[in-house]
Amino acid sequence: MAAAFTIEDLQEWNLRITDLVQKFGLDPYPQEFEICDHEQMLSYMVYSGMPSHYSHWSYGKAYEKLKTLYDYGLSGLPYEMVINSNPSIAYLMRDNTLALQVLTMAHVYGHNDFFKNNFTFSTIRSEFTIETFKAHANRVRHYVEDPSIGLEKVERILDAAHALSLQCRRNLSIRKQTEEEQKEAKLRDSKPPDDPFQSVHRRKEWVSPDLAKIPVEPEEDILLFIRDHNPQLAEWEKDLLTIVHEQARYFIPQIETKIMNEGWASFWHKRILEALDLPQSLKIEFLIRHTQVLSPIPGGLNPYHVGMKVWEDIERRWSKPDPEEEKEYGPKKKNAREKLFEVREVERDSSFLRRYLTEGLIRELNLFEYKSRGNEKVISRVADEDSWQAIKNTLIQNVGTGTIPVIEIEDADYGNARCLYLKHSHDGRDLQLEYAEKTLQYLRQLWAREVTLETIINDKKSVLAFADDKLTIKPVH
Amino acid sequence: METIFRPYHPASGQRSDRSAGDRLRHRQKVREAIRNNIADIIAEESIIGKDNNRIVKVPIRGVKEYRFVYGENVPGVGQGGDGELQPGQTVGKGKEGAQGHQAGDQAGVDYYETEVSLDELVEVMFEDLELPDLDRKNLRQMEVERQFRHKGFRKKGIRVRLDKKRTARSRVKRKKASQRADVAGLHGERFPFHKDDLRYHHTVTETRRESNAVVLCIMDTSGSMDTMKKYLARSFFFLLYRFLCTRYENVEIVFIAHHTEAQEVTEEEFFHKGESGGTFISSGYNKALEIIYERYHPGLWNVYSFHCSDGDNFESDNPAALKAATELARISNLFGYGEIKPLGAGYYGSSMIQFFSQIQEPNFQTVQIQRKEDIWPSFKTFLTKDRVRDDAA
Repeated sequence: MAAAFTIEDLQEWNLRITDLVQKFGLDPYPQEFEICDHEQMLSYMVYSGMPSHYSHWSYGKAYEKLKTLYDYGLSGLPYEMVINSNPSIAYLMRDNTLALQVLTMAHVYGHNDFFKNNFTFSTIRSEFTIETFKAHANRVRHYVEDPSIGLEKVERILDAAHALSLQCRRNLSIRKQTEEEQKEAKLRDSKPPDDPFQSVHRRKEWVSPDLAKIPVEPEEDILLFIRDHNPQLAEWEKDLLTIVHEQARYFIPQIETKIMNEGWASFWHKRILEALDLPQSLKIEFLIRHTQVLSPIPGGLNPYHVGMKVWEDIERRWSKPDPEEEKEYGPKKKNAREKLFEVREVERDSSFLRRYLTEGLIRELNLFEYKSRGNEKVISRVADEDSWQAIKNTLIQNVGTGTIPVIEIEDADYGNARCLYLKHSHDGRDLQLEYAEKTLQYLRQLWAREVTLETIINDKKSVLAFADDKLTIKPVH
Repeated sequence: METIFRPYHPASGQRSDRSAGDRLRHRQKVREAIRNNIADIIAEESIIGKDNNRIVKVPIRGVKEYRFVYGENVPGVGQGGDGELQPGQTVGKGKEGAQGHQAGDQAGVDYYETEVSLDELVEVMFEDLELPDLDRKNLRQMEVERQFRHKGFRKKGIRVRLDKKRTARSRVKRKKASQRADVAGLHGERFPFHKDDLRYHHTVTETRRESNAVVLCIMDTSGSMDTMKKYLARSFFFLLYRFLCTRYENVEIVFIAHHTEAQEVTEEEFFHKGESGGTFISSGYNKALEIIYERYHPGLWNVYSFHCSDGDNFESDNPAALKAATELARISNLFGYGEIKPLGAGYYGSSMIQFFSQIQEPNFQTVQIQRKEDIWPSFKTFLTKDRVRDDAA
């Protein structure tokens, strides 16, 4: 198929776009664009855009699924794919029209700027992204090819590690305390507070904290904990756990900022394209594509649409607020551009929505809360005066890492038998038991001793214990 | 700000099927899962008379990716269209991951079933089975298998058969040779591959021929065979039929339906026509014997006979049936009798299994099919590769 544009066209448009990017004050990494065809795009999607990635059957499965959906026309391909790396790499699909390429390029700069400046990404050494993934791929391949290890064994560990990979710390910009620091803090906390009247008060009995307990404080990085505390693991097994953990860690910020990130990129591509003064022919197509991407999915939630609406609302409120709003929130202290850049830097989806998704916006977006019944969604709350707050809370619970249950390791020597005791921080949402059972089985396999999970099932405190090869569920009183 | 554009290279496009290995591994896992679930699939799916391209939904257990996730009772938030919404209204489907615009960052909802075509399913099912005790007979025309075998190397071929090691070796040879010839000194320069260096595997197709075989499918279509029984019997024969079509290219298949009289019928009639009347099992066997002597002489043909009935034979026919069965067992390589007795179907006048226990022929086999779940195990009993044959008897 002959492309309707040349690289020179793209370069010319790119110059005009980057001029605007600078004019608007965006601050992206250097950008690289690669032209690919649709099959390559499918592959990139499956392997998170990485030029090299270790292999595992689950990626084959993902590919088959995507390809089927694509072949039957149930889902289109994304117009763009950007990697958080320095320089940032983005893929453009060869068969797209020029208008779409211009739109995509502008959109890519939005993501790129976000990757570089949002705080959640600050812990990722983006200049090493590509090399890290390549090194991981090489190490895994090395283990697969090692005659004493081989595919089957590697797969066993990877299957189990994948199941647990997202059970890790979420806010990576808070430094993890070392064991020593945790012990010190625990000791410090156990001391009674200073009492100016200690001469007359009876002294409280001092309970010495159990510093020998492992882990000292509940531990959320499950894979790392197993790696460091299961003496039976071989070095290559530990390495595989590290690899899977590091990859999950790379994706956590992207999970945490999906709505903000997509909204930010859409917000800016719109402004850039409006400022570009497109010829009529391109302009109409741009409007059509833009509307396609940014229209609400009735019944679903389009992160592009919701995100952009919130960003636009912030811009509006900080440039020309309603008098009522001014009364409610006080006079503005920043101009709109400064405010936007500040928010882009310091928020993530949950805080972003909590602070800037207003009642008016919820009504405008016509958000509702639903509960699943069988195969259907039944609306439980609609955006009115009484329930908009509840809808907002439900939404915040369901964005970013909110969809991953918080499960922490409490004790690695439970019952003095090197059994693992975990606790699910229940926030009103029960675990899916079939999945919990299978995941515990993987945990049992990695830990090589009995594992126990404390959770709440139907308002009853229960423990799920996975010993040997079967699960027992017992209520606790 | 500098920006790099990397143009599209068709070559890298062709080369870039990077997920091929992972897809292959995934398919292997799916096949494995199917094989472990075949008995359930056969029981759940009514596969009779379905054409090859039909898609069968197969529940897959081993290939799901489990994580800790929240259960069903968790509320979510959606966006309404333009209209007013009311609590209690239903919208769309339950939780389904919106198709990823950014791959790899969301767990998504796992699919529980995979779809395979009936052909593929059948292939997996019959992998380890074959007609037992196939003897060498004078006439041979049945193609059992086609095999591709490596046979030497060629300078021309298709890309997948490229032998990299030999190609590299011949390049080294050519390099050494040219260095010796050219003392003046191309030495140290690049020495790229040349078309003549390429070596390809050569493969030949080999066909193994086996003796002729005929399979006789005898089914009781009398009045006592109710819908359920007919269904079980037909499922069994359908499996047999599919098995023969899949694994053997030139097996003859004869369909016989009997009540008090027996008739040779077409495949279509056999699987779809209902009849009624009393039961003379002997009639079916005699018809089979007649056909065998007329067209498939046991000296030249391997004969396999299978009979499905509810065993509710007319008393007076029993001696005749026994005699015919013995005869049939004697000339067949294998004679299988499947008795269909659905559970809780009440009392039956007779069970031919007990009665047939008088038959001493070692290649006579009986099974009882009570439920849909029994079809596959009983089928396997008949056709398992290494069934021990007691030649001494």
